[in-house]
Amino acid sequence: MSASEIPSDLLFQNSHEWARIDGDTVTVGISDHAQAELTDVVFVELPALGKTVDAGDPAAVVESVKAASDIYAPLSGEVIEVNPAVEGDPSLVNTAPYGDGWIFKLKLSKPDQVSSLLTPEAYGELIG
Amino acid sequence: MSENVLHSPLEAAHLALGARLIPFGGWAMPVQYTSILSEHAAVRNTAGVFDISHMGQVFVTGENHIAWLDRLLTNNLSKLSPGQGQYTIMLNENGGVIDDLIAYRISGEETLLVVNASMIPEDVAWMEKNLDPGVTLRNESDEWAGLAIQGPNAADIFKKLYPNETLPPRNGILKTANGEIVCRTGYTGEDGYEFFCPAALGPVIFESFISAGATPCGLGARDTLRLEMCYPLNGNDLSPERSPIEAGLGFFCDLEKPDFIGRNTLVSQKSNGPKLKLTAIQLTEKGPPPRPHYTVLSENGETLGELSSGVLSPTLGHGIAMAYLPSAYSKIGTTLLIDVRGRQFKAVTVKKPFLKKPK
Repeated sequence: MSASEIPSDLLFQNSHEWARIDGDTVTVGISDHAQAELTDVVFVELPALGKTVDAGDPAAVVESVKAASDIYAPLSGEVIEVNPAVEGDPSLVNTAPYGDGWIFKLKLSKPDQVSSLLTPEAYGELIG
Repeated sequence: MSENVLHSPLEAAHLALGARLIPFGGWAMPVQYTSILSEHAAVRNTAGVFDISHMGQVFVTGENHIAWLDRLLTNNLSKLSPGQGQYTIMLNENGGVIDDLIAYRISGEETLLVVNASMIPEDVAWMEKNLDPGVTLRNESDEWAGLAIQGPNAADIFKKLYPNETLPPRNGILKTANGEIVCRTGYTGEDGYEFFCPAALGPVIFESFISAGATPCGLGARDTLRLEMCYPLNGNDLSPERSPIEAGLGFFCDLEKPDFIGRNTLVSQKSNGPKLKLTAIQLTEKGPPPRPHYTVLSENGETLGELSSGVLSPTLGHGIAMAYLPSAYSKIGTTLLIDVRGRQFKAVTVKKPFLKKPK
């Protein structure tokens, strides 16, 4: 098995979501490690646009053949965009977890929460 | 799950292949090596090899053992000749399913029962409780490794590895010159065989099937493959509270036999019609994969039961499931709803199996 990719410009949380911060918005997906563990993503349930979530709330669901896994919001905010491409082709979560396989975007309500996320180095140690 | 997890004799080989192990029926078994979808496709298109060492082997001997088995099991063994096997069911006194198994007549004096891993202790206890004088049981479950080689290329692989042996016909059993047991049966809907050898030889023989072209496959693909064929999984689709008539397995119950354990219930259900039927259900709209325990509702929102099995069919590309439903709702073409996390998705009852294989 090859080592998982961990981009240096992202932040992570323990439950294996990544967060790309851009001003007051964050794009969320699942890590390469998480997609490799899940394998064969066959369904993605996206959050409703306009839904507000607190950091740690289940916001989406990614399903592999064997199991359904909650995707937790890494930060608090309002869902302002979802990725329809992963609804049509859930395998994008496997093939491009940090790119076309992103899941949703939030407009942050508590930007200071960003400091609670894991750095790429810390996430690398977590999945060691 | 108990702390005393049992380990397959092939476990080291699985780990070397990168398998992920999960608890299943008290055993640590591979759920997948690379991907359930690709392993599923290998069995449908070429060939796969599964570790089935967790399954139990009980040898039954004695002059009158066939008469005894015909009172213990639903199907009719006296109709078979040595070398033939049949799918059959062991019931409790109420006609509920203890286990489903395959009985193979090795010779006039000996029959092999291959039973589900999680049920070995209970099956053997039930057999001993009901044993006839002159019949002997040998539970050799720990002594055998088991492999299931399944797929359109399975027979060619056998020829390559065992040029001096001939595969038995469908449902047949063969003892090789080396003492291995080969049964032309499976749980995938494809041609193939189940191959039993002494546990110590298991890893080498497993590797030989892989080298000959079989893809190692885990329990994940085994589940999607069997559900496409509507083969029941004991514990999910079969239970001590449900009879084989309700499960749609009446074909494997010979009610012409004068007596077998549980027969009275089956006779009455057969004549009155079962109240519940294990029904094949297909999702008709794009939605999440159906899974066991999801609630099944009528079109009008009345709760009818829960799914006993469910997956996204890798071959068909849509959700497939089974559930015990009131007979009125099990009629083919009935519209149903499946509740997934509070959202309801449309489904319809269909004829079994889901996957119709061209002959």
